Amino acid sequence: MWKRDEGVKGSQPAPTAPAPAHQPVSTAPVPQPESRRIERDVVNIGKSVVIKGELNGSEDLTIEGHVEGKIELKDHVLTIGPNGKIKAQVHAKSVIVLGEVNGNVTATEKVDIRDGGSVDGDIVSPRVAIAEGAHFRGTVDMQRKAGSTQPAQTVKPAAAAATSAPQPQAAAH
Amino acid sequence: MALSDLFPRRRKDDPEAGAGAAKAPAHPTKALKKFLATLGSHPQPTLLDIGPVVGQNVTFFGERLGCKFQVEELSKDIDRFVREDKLPELPEFLSRRFPQADETFDGILCWDLFDYLDKPAAHALAKQLVRVLRSGGVLFALFNATEAVSTAKSYTRFVVGDEDTIQHRPYAAARGKQKPLPNRDILRMFEPLRVTDQFLLKTNTREMLFRK
Repeated sequence: MWKRDEGVKGSQPAPTAPAPAHQPVSTAPVPQPESRRIERDVVNIGKSVVIKGELNGSEDLTIEGHVEGKIELKDHVLTIGPNGKIKAQVHAKSVIVLGEVNGNVTATEKVDIRDGGSVDGDIVSPRVAIAEGAHFRGTVDMQRKAGSTQPAQTVKPAAAAATSAPQPQAAAH
Repeated sequence: MALSDLFPRRRKDDPEAGAGAAKAPAHPTKALKKFLATLGSHPQPTLLDIGPVVGQNVTFFGERLGCKFQVEELSKDIDRFVREDKLPELPEFLSRRFPQADETFDGILCWDLFDYLDKPAAHALAKQLVRVLRSGGVLFALFNATEAVSTAKSYTRFVVGDEDTIQHRPYAAARGKQKPLPNRDILRMFEPLRVTDQFLLKTNTREMLFRK
């Protein structure tokens, strides 16, 4: 049991140094010192960092600071940490929101708004999860995957076409 | 680290811990299936939900219908007007609340929100919902059918389990349900929509489906 605990401790990410505000915005081509990188190529934008402009990257990114403009992580996961405040259009593979997002969010896989997270804007993603305690205002567009079954159509359409006069019915409970 | 430190963590990790939600009562629904069937005939329907945001519902309707789902949580607005003691201004606010163009939505989920409104506010809201509902669209609403006025100040979060069951999860409100609206008032309020289905559940709730 204790050995397992040690193993867990060992695999935890090393604390990241806060990124300076003037650091280049693009995360992909810039070689970063090992101390700034945590496992699985996740980059952190610290609490004190404010970025205005376009943010592109080809690795997973966690934002705890403020970003205004546009964020594009096409094949990677974007996490907006509890302290993160985003005023931007977001495009990513997956987006996890624990902080605040003001803007439209597009994900090719999933958008996950966790408890305490807030999104004001439209979401386009095939999968969307909104936890109880999360705030959301906007539109959700979950494009149906091609070839997937459409259970709603299995319901007899005749039921829908009940155009007869209103009939109060006692439902079996 | 003390061994006892592990216990709270384990409880926190338990998905059911702290979420009385999972144990909230599930009630049968008759109208939801018909609501889904009607919307299923639209290619990519747009749906408006004026209740609170429920992730499970977004997933359910999104996966079932491939729809565009818009949430406009009106309970927060009602609470604000109650707290600021400005309820007489609520009808005027509701008549300007929806910026959407006429005939925007194929389906509207009202849940039991009308139970919390006074008559003028209910009329103002109904007028707006009729306006934004597309021709051939469907509106789903629940109305309290008991005469007794409830003193409990709580809204209900309706969580769709499947097409036959809805879980009712209460949460805090600034005001309770108001005097139930008589059937004829409801019908007049939603004119020119017509009622296609109406069910009186054993929970003394009337489920109603309106078509435009």
